[in-house]
Amino acid sequence: MAVAVAADAVESQRIFVASQWQLMWWRFRKHRVAVASGIVILGFYAVVLGADFLAYADPDASEAQRSLMPPQRVYWLDGWRFGPYVHGVKGARDPQTFKRVYVSDPSQKIPLRFLVEGFEYRFLGLIPSTRHLIGVDGGLDANKTIFLLGTDVQGRDLWSRLMYGTRISLTIGLLGVTASLVLGVVLGGISGFYGGVIDTVIQRVIEILRSIPTIPLWMGLAAALPREWTILQVYFAITVIISLLGWTELARVVRGRFLSMREEDFVVSARLVGCTRLRTIFVHMVPSFMSHIIAATTLALPAMIISETSLSFLGLGLRPPAISWGVLLQQAQNVQTVAISPWLMLPAVPVIVAVMAFNFLGDGLRDAADPYGR
Amino acid sequence: MLAYIGRRVVLAVFTVWAISVLSFAIIQLPPGDYVSSYIAQMASMGSVVTDEEAQNLRIQYGLGQPMYVQYLKWMKLIVQGDFGMSMEWKRPNTEVIGARLWMTVLISVAALILTWILALPIGIYSAVRQYSVGDYVATFIGFVGLAVPNFLLALVLLYLGFVLFDAHIGGLFSPELQDADWSAAKVWDLLKHVPIPALILGLAGTAQQIRIMRANLLDELRKPYVVTARSKGLSESKVVLKYPVRVALNPFASTIGYTLPYIVSGSIIVSLVLGLPTVGPLLLKALIAQDMFLAGTIVLLLGVMTVIGTLISDILLVWIDPRIRLEET
Repeated sequence: MAVAVAADAVESQRIFVASQWQLMWWRFRKHRVAVASGIVILGFYAVVLGADFLAYADPDASEAQRSLMPPQRVYWLDGWRFGPYVHGVKGARDPQTFKRVYVSDPSQKIPLRFLVEGFEYRFLGLIPSTRHLIGVDGGLDANKTIFLLGTDVQGRDLWSRLMYGTRISLTIGLLGVTASLVLGVVLGGISGFYGGVIDTVIQRVIEILRSIPTIPLWMGLAAALPREWTILQVYFAITVIISLLGWTELARVVRGRFLSMREEDFVVSARLVGCTRLRTIFVHMVPSFMSHIIAATTLALPAMIISETSLSFLGLGLRPPAISWGVLLQQAQNVQTVAISPWLMLPAVPVIVAVMAFNFLGDGLRDAADPYGR
Repeated sequence: MLAYIGRRVVLAVFTVWAISVLSFAIIQLPPGDYVSSYIAQMASMGSVVTDEEAQNLRIQYGLGQPMYVQYLKWMKLIVQGDFGMSMEWKRPNTEVIGARLWMTVLISVAALILTWILALPIGIYSAVRQYSVGDYVATFIGFVGLAVPNFLLALVLLYLGFVLFDAHIGGLFSPELQDADWSAAKVWDLLKHVPIPALILGLAGTAQQIRIMRANLLDELRKPYVVTARSKGLSESKVVLKYPVRVALNPFASTIGYTLPYIVSGSIIVSLVLGLPTVGPLLLKALIAQDMFLAGTIVLLLGVMTVIGTLISDILLVWIDPRIRLEET
């Protein structure tokens, strides 16, 4: 009994002295789905960092002999021992339809190795390495290959391409959301802090932007990018295009926070003791709605990812040789192709998982950041 | 009320202006001017544009003059109903776009109506039976609807239709009626084909509306007047439908304005996947062929249609919501 009371006291004392971020973390932890989503997203960004390590084949290496190969099944147990292997695959041409068909050859076991030598890359862009998480011995022998998710029309390994696509799709979303955030915080902040005419003008601009259908506009702007631009230039241009129209929601959140906080006691007292306007904003106001901004940003990310995927899917966003989820899905545009090679639709899976994870994480963060929530 | 509608109309006019500037920018962005591309295009087709004709075109579009003059000349032509020629199709833009614009409107409106029809009862059900199996199912479908980009949904449905039923669910008409003249049979055929694209387009919006409706109604159901009504012995359906639903409907209705642009946007990509005869595929083709006047015209018309639709829904909102009607601003 006494112990329980003491524990209670310790518990409540812990709450009294906890910082704002600690309280949020405790609350966030209770939201299981959000925590799981957070872990999924960390996993995604781990792929972004280690794409070259996780890929086992050069994503641009094409080989007509391996066009549209179905995914190879991995056998994890060799007898009773753990020894993953795949069966060798022989390509042949159907004498009637002239289509390439692939026959698995059970007599040939190709062992799966970990940390094998493969194509050269620079880990994190710095450390030169040739190690890859998985792979097979004798990577150059055309018969001894492994395609976890099959190959595309040009015989490129889908798994490896997916790894590189993740890198581009997720960073473009992150960059786009950062650009939107800057625009949204600056304009929303001005709107909410000063109020009056400026506020009205900015609010009307936001309303106008929100009532324009965005995809046709994006398409028009994206199509106007010069064809001779490098991948990097197109990448940044697309980021700018999707963020130019994506900042409105963030601006609304920031403005709402500013408006509700302008009259709070601590802000008024900060002004009364003679804090400069900048100090009032950045030292007193921003920290108290930082968490809301983080939540709103997380919720804005999926829209960015979908935008990039849609544009690239139409062939107006990133263009090959750049690899992104949208570029990969371009190959699945045609139902006939998909019906014959359904694995080409696999890049849709990370899109959906990432978007859902960001949504759940954002919801969890928003609930955790709300001091009046239950 | 008049002040409110007046403000909406002014805003709509500004929006149309913004759209026209953006469409003009799209036309102007690619290198080279319209007349040079037109001449090059004609030359590649074997016909020659005389210097005089070229000169006339240049004057008509004000090429070589400052940007705002070109913009004003373009606007003048459009107000007169002249949307320019499509380079790729060698026909006036209005003729090329023609019926496709109405198909876009049809699909978008169908999607919007479907959104309401589905979201309203499901949202009410989810709120009244909170944490029931049905509520969880609706929430789950809601999340999936938000997470799956609609073109992917179209792709998956197309694939399933192909694999499971060996049926092609794309298009708006059966092949045998594709080029037929309008008749009762063709209209019926069209009506049969509309629901699937409309459902795909409306799903994300529906998901969002269900969540809004559920949250609003839950807030409302906890209020004391609901308890009073129930304790006085009103039937459950009356308790829920008479007041809380009507109050909860207001924020729900005010998001309609943002749903339409979203649906129109989505219709472009979904049309491409499903092969619908809307302006979507036309826009993509025009952009790829750098037929910028056609592309600009499509963006402009789509934008204007959306603004008109939003304006109508805003005015409907006034009609539904007495608070806006009486607001003195």
